[in-house]
Amino acid sequence: MKLNIFIERENKSKTITFSKSTVKDLLSQLKINTETVIVVRTNESGNKEVLTEDDQLNDQEKIQLLSVISGG
Amino acid sequence: MKCSKCLQKSVIELQHGGLCKNHFITYFEDKVFKTIHKYRLIDRNDSICVAASGGKDSLSVLYLTKKYLQENKFPCDLFTLLIDEGIENYREKTVKDLQKFCKEHQIRLEIVTTKKEFGYTLDEAYPKINKDLNKKPCNICGVWRRYLINKHARNLGATKLITGHNLDDEAQAIVMNLFKANTGLAAHLGPISGIEGQKGFVQRVKPLYFCTEKETRLYALLKNFVIEFTECPYAKEGYRSQIQSMLNEFEQKYKGTKQGIISSFLATLPLLKEHEKNNKNEIKQCKCGEPANQEVCNACKIQEALNYEE
Repeated sequence: MKLNIFIERENKSKTITFSKSTVKDLLSQLKINTETVIVVRTNESGNKEVLTEDDQLNDQEKIQLLSVISGG
Repeated sequence: MKCSKCLQKSVIELQHGGLCKNHFITYFEDKVFKTIHKYRLIDRNDSICVAASGGKDSLSVLYLTKKYLQENKFPCDLFTLLIDEGIENYREKTVKDLQKFCKEHQIRLEIVTTKKEFGYTLDEAYPKINKDLNKKPCNICGVWRRYLINKHARNLGATKLITGHNLDDEAQAIVMNLFKANTGLAAHLGPISGIEGQKGFVQRVKPLYFCTEKETRLYALLKNFVIEFTECPYAKEGYRSQIQSMLNEFEQKYKGTKQGIISSFLATLPLLKEHEKNNKNEIKQCKCGEPANQEVCNACKIQEALNYEE
């Protein structure tokens, strides 16, 4: 499946190919520590939903990775 | 994952199970209010200064302090104080967020700039100081911020100084002091920090002491606090950022690591304080009028180095 990812800390969006299923798998693929981000899904009507590690991801979804760590 | 209290969808997984949005907000606020109550961080006669930057921690602690005062009908004066170090492309963004937040929540905001106080922004001072004293930017920034926050909070009449330090910040500080054998500094950590009952110091307190960084970011997000992510350009140069990464690696593998550090530390803190009391160096007054561990305070040492460079 394809996912549209926005990484807040890098202020970058990218589309990635993802062959597994959960948020935990996604963070593992991106080599991002689960302690350092909050994962948010934006659905087609623009509503945002905070995800936990066991949540399933679907093809073409928009996913934001918000940085937990303060910038200073 | 379902909420362990109501079976709604969880927004976070904690050690004791998941929580939905509403139950997480209640859990977070209860934890902060219990910390304030248990450690008596706020007294009804206090005048309160919240040291703020405009980030998730300071906005959350500012909001919750106001809420605590209102719920308990405490007639305390409340204001917030921001130190602007003049870091380009960083501080101006967080100042805007804080100004907007304070206006919306009707909280008085005082802004002090290092340029006005010392004649330099951090961007200007760092290359000069680094050349002479080999200090990292975070060393200079830390000295300036502590000095100005204490001085201005006191001069504005504050009897308590609230900071947004969270559980991650504290765990990092504990490990940093342990690695560097700074037992004297470690004795000044805890929910009530700094030097207690010392003339010239405003008592510092930390209501977010038991809240992790992730919980605090999630709370700010769910409460719709506007926070633009900006990263201090100097942050990665600091020793702290390496400790932070190490602790996050451990936390990912071994859940509860950071909480374990805090719990162990609190169990030994009375002994550290007792030890420090026996070795206590007398607090002196620097020529600038501020309290200091030595004859000349660290802020004046930096100022002397800057003046010498001129």
